Amino acid sequence: MANKLMDWVDARLPVTQAWEKHLSKYYAPKNFNFWYFFGSLALLVLVNQILTGIWLTMSYVPSAEAAFASVEYIMRDVEYGWLIRYMHSTGASMFFVVIYCHMFRGLLYGSYQAPRELIWIFGMGIYLALMGEAFMGYLLPWGQVSYWGAQVIISLFGAIPVIGADLQQFIRGDYLISGITLNRFFALHVIALPLVILGLVVLHILALHEVGSNNPDGIDIKKTKGADGIPLDGIAFHPYYTVKDIVGVVVFLFVFCGIIFYFPEMGGYFLEHANFEPANSLKTPEHIAPVWYFGAFYAMLRAITFDIGFIEAKLGGVITMGAAIAILFVLPWLDRSPVRSWRYKGMISKVGLVVFAFVFMLLTWLGTQPATELYTLIAQICTLIYFAFFLLMPFYTRWEKTKPVPERVTG
Amino acid sequence: MKRIILTNKVASTLLFLGSVLFSSLAAAAGGGYPLDSANIDPTDTASLQRGAKYYQNYCAGCHATQYQRYERVADDLGIPHDLMMDNLVFDKRAKIGDLMFNSMDPKEAKTWFGATPPDLTLVSRVKGGPDWIYTYLRTFYEDPSRPYGVNNKVFPDVGMPHVLLELQGIQVDTCGDSDPNARDPLTGEKLCGLTVDPERKGSMTPAEYDQMAYDLSNFLAYSAEPMQQQRKSLGIYVFLFLAVFLVFAYLLKREFWKDVH
Repeated sequence: MANKLMDWVDARLPVTQAWEKHLSKYYAPKNFNFWYFFGSLALLVLVNQILTGIWLTMSYVPSAEAAFASVEYIMRDVEYGWLIRYMHSTGASMFFVVIYCHMFRGLLYGSYQAPRELIWIFGMGIYLALMGEAFMGYLLPWGQVSYWGAQVIISLFGAIPVIGADLQQFIRGDYLISGITLNRFFALHVIALPLVILGLVVLHILALHEVGSNNPDGIDIKKTKGADGIPLDGIAFHPYYTVKDIVGVVVFLFVFCGIIFYFPEMGGYFLEHANFEPANSLKTPEHIAPVWYFGAFYAMLRAITFDIGFIEAKLGGVITMGAAIAILFVLPWLDRSPVRSWRYKGMISKVGLVVFAFVFMLLTWLGTQPATELYTLIAQICTLIYFAFFLLMPFYTRWEKTKPVPERVTG
Repeated sequence: MKRIILTNKVASTLLFLGSVLFSSLAAAAGGGYPLDSANIDPTDTASLQRGAKYYQNYCAGCHATQYQRYERVADDLGIPHDLMMDNLVFDKRAKIGDLMFNSMDPKEAKTWFGATPPDLTLVSRVKGGPDWIYTYLRTFYEDPSRPYGVNNKVFPDVGMPHVLLELQGIQVDTCGDSDPNARDPLTGEKLCGLTVDPERKGSMTPAEYDQMAYDLSNFLAYSAEPMQQQRKSLGIYVFLFLAVFLVFAYLLKREFWKDVH
């Protein structure tokens, strides 16, 4: 009976075929390590954001007069509203934690190299859309940081010559950030950007399943196939990696629930203290810091304190910040190494990657701190290292001596 | 070859741990007047009830707690509804399920105090914890240059009069121009600070007054996140479930992966 029904469906929609292509007969390298959990975890957090987001919109009121109170209404009067809200707010930050780990995995093992350039580009698209999604979502509680953080970010567009001022007004829909801005950010946050993100996630996975997953050795498992045509080092994604990822999910949930139930503000980094005060356009907070996940780019923006030729410092900062994100898109063409994984790359690549990761974390922290003279100097040095890592990559990856890559995965 | 891979694994794990450590170190912040630790106990119902009583009697006249309902406070703090309505709700039109607004006109309040008294539902979260409130309530001192004759150490030039003056008495700042944090190098005693003028004592002893400030801080911390106790106790069950789930998830993984070599 069940088989007959499945045959009936399959004759009309390729369900079994899709199941096999993407799960039961998708052969992934058997030597995935810790870093390979973050792809499925990102999917988990995405689903969490969408589900909790749907429930939040049931009680949230997107207007300047009622937004702040409606969030507190969710926290107090809606059954388990506090849990839904903390899941969403913690999910936003954890999304970036997971994505940063996922991207770092790509850097470690050269997952962006040919033939996986499109996977990387779609992934970067997701990252960019996610930054927009997070930025617009942060305006919705209509607290002081919501308001003044948005003020800072939108004013960046004002640095663009000629069209800057008009562009700012176009984004806000008003002469200053107002209920109109809040309403359009709400529309973009709950409909437009989630659609973009979901579409890109589908493309990201389709492109991945077309060429197959990379692995910590960075070797092509499809080169050594058994008599049955299955890669010798490959195992079916389902059930092997589905059951393994469930373990990863539970471990992740320990951390995630630890934050939700015991540290929902995460010391003011996930939910900033000043955001518990309603937005007030007449009262500028002493210290406006973006949420931590924008810290690195914000630090690079502030690091440009000097005019470069005819480019004013503010525009220079905006260009630097834009370039810091843009340069990630072309990473697949900057790496000229004959090997993928850092296991077989030379010393410069290895040290460079460790220094880069440290510098990125340092910039992230600096972005959340008030800019003192010393911090600005550190941020300037870090910005230089950030760009040097990418701009010098075509040279050091080609010149350095690499180690021989094994034929089969090494576990 | 094996050794190199191993060191890479160690290095990448260290990197990850390093990032976790780094972010927790970054959580330190500071500046301004040193805050005294209130060490509040959100499970101390008697203290919370006293806090609610003081709040309604001394604070609620000017400060609304408009995101909280009378009923929620009564239920969470174990106060019967009729006692709550008779003794802690002073707005005659209010019903038990109403939000805790007050009757002060914000525009008029602004002309009286220079700024509209802020809503206090979330003040504990805005200030990053109850310590600010605890210290604020205890650091009013005489300052004839201010419109109401008092100033505050934590919130310099605050517009609020010292509402609890009749209880605390008036404090005098004995520091003058000297360092308010200076301590005797031998005994560690503070060299100067705020002391109640013996001529103008209040109806409470300093210890009683501190207890009152503690109760108010405790109550406002509760009011900022009334579900805090529920959140923490639910978390235990979630962790118990996850622990059991982890065992089975791991056994399932191990069973399936037996044939992978």
